[in-house]
Amino acid sequence: MAVSPYLPTPGFARLRKAKSTAVTAVLVICALAVIAPLFLVIYFLLVQGWSSLDWNFFTQLPKPTGETGGGMANAIVGTLTLLGMATIMGVPLGVFGGIYLAEYGSDRANDWLRFAADVLNGVPSIVWGMVIYLVLVVPFKTFSAYAGGVALGLMMVPLVMRTTEEVLILVPQSYREAALALGVARWKVIMVIVVRTALKGIATGVIVALARIAGETAPLLFTALGNNFWNHNLKEPIAALPLQIFAYAISPYDDWHRQAWAGALVLMALILALNITVRVLSRDRSNTH
Amino acid sequence: MPPASQALPASDSRAPDIAFKWVAALAAAMIVVLIVLVGWELYAGSRLSLGHFGLGFLWSSKWDPVQDKYGALPFIFGTLVSSLLALLIAVPLGVATALFLTELAPLRLRQPIIMAIEMLAAVPSVIFGLWGIFVMIPWLRDHLFVWLKHSLGFLPLFQGPIYGVSMLAAGIIIAIMILPIITSISREILRSVPNLQREAAYALGATRWEVLRIAVLSYARRGLFGAAILGLGRALGETMAVTMVIGNRPQISASLFAPGYTLASVIANEFAEATSDLYLNSLFELGLVLLAVTILVNIAAQVMLKSMTGSGPIKVN
Repeated sequence: MAVSPYLPTPGFARLRKAKSTAVTAVLVICALAVIAPLFLVIYFLLVQGWSSLDWNFFTQLPKPTGETGGGMANAIVGTLTLLGMATIMGVPLGVFGGIYLAEYGSDRANDWLRFAADVLNGVPSIVWGMVIYLVLVVPFKTFSAYAGGVALGLMMVPLVMRTTEEVLILVPQSYREAALALGVARWKVIMVIVVRTALKGIATGVIVALARIAGETAPLLFTALGNNFWNHNLKEPIAALPLQIFAYAISPYDDWHRQAWAGALVLMALILALNITVRVLSRDRSNTH
Repeated sequence: MPPASQALPASDSRAPDIAFKWVAALAAAMIVVLIVLVGWELYAGSRLSLGHFGLGFLWSSKWDPVQDKYGALPFIFGTLVSSLLALLIAVPLGVATALFLTELAPLRLRQPIIMAIEMLAAVPSVIFGLWGIFVMIPWLRDHLFVWLKHSLGFLPLFQGPIYGVSMLAAGIIIAIMILPIITSISREILRSVPNLQREAAYALGATRWEVLRIAVLSYARRGLFGAAILGLGRALGETMAVTMVIGNRPQISASLFAPGYTLASVIANEFAEATSDLYLNSLFELGLVLLAVTILVNIAAQVMLKSMTGSGPIKVN
């Protein structure tokens, strides 16, 4: 490798050093520029959101167009409902898929499955919305909470599958061998020994996936649709925080803008809480092993 | 299913064991089923417009729901331009930050910065959009764009009226959103550069910048390229934040200050109100184009990153 064409004179040495120092400074500035948006977003969320939060926000339904006041109680409950449905849908599929990758399956088939999971993970979320619209909205002739929950649930599958596989592989082989040597059936070894040992890791993966989908808006636009009232039937449209934030943010009313900020603060707090849970869970894990 | 090459001896072949294995295999196979389902449904949804417009759909720039005429070009243009702008901003910043984190930053600083970047990745698109509308756009309109027009206005890129909502605003907001992934993948790549490389260069009397340039960056070039492509894959499909700041006008303009429209945002905006079957089908075809491009870009990125790292898988979160 040709290293440097520089001549070994003091002048050149100074130039090279000056260049190096300049680059160092540029790198520091770049790093600052990358984290600056985070602080700007958090700052405005806190300032605009906090002053807009009030008791009504958590307890009342949205007011009709033109009236001020009201809240997003239904959207908060809606988001939690959708996350629950997504978990019921996505976690079993993801966990069992991960079990297959870690415990069964040939290396070649697994390589392809992993690859497929990564491809699926890259499908834009708006595309999920369109697909679920065709599969669950058109045939039943109505937007529904079910459709929204399924869209979010399917987005969780590849994520949960990959993390489950990763933590199952970490379970020492000797655990499996010891149990099998005692004559325990293979499926019991997997469920009772392997999965149980890795349970915290799997839970961490599930929460990471939940934090990822909690703020998703695009897949809900033509599935859950949104709703200004309480949802009493999962076969009907349901409100969600991200949908409500979007609708209010692009509206022309100041009071709705105020509520959009409040909604964004609550949504961000929910996602941060999920992320902090992940951190606590994974810290415990690294302590015990 | 291919026969399993088992790490463990099969204990016995009783029914529950077989059933359990099949349940697991079915769950894993769902991944493939889902990919086929996504592709097939989009194709089925766009059959009408595929038949009606043929390939001309891709380069027709007319998007006129009133006359029921549809073409994808303004959206393909908008998607490509906004994503490339985002890469232009995010790749240098992301790689520089990764260099800072792996090569320069004091150990005490690394973890907090990494955490901040992870938090940035956790912010939902719709919140960036909200922030974009009420904080970023006014600032761009009143300061950055005015300054750009004043100092670089001789370029066609920075001419024309300033609305605030624009292609450039979309590029900037996408850049912020893909910075975390580009930074974290670049960091993994840079960490995989052997220390011997660096030490050899230092031993030859190279300055810090020369070490970075000669020993680190040239070694990691391929992987960093992969990180950029992965960022592109994310950028192409970004929907909500873009929809909120790009201005949503199906036009092709040389000026970055002009509003534009992307594949994802036209779907988000017009899908629910598509009045004719052909309109809806055309939107599905736009979705099909978006899906095809994103999948190709993601596969390219995976292949590039795999060849770079060899053994350890790069974790994409």
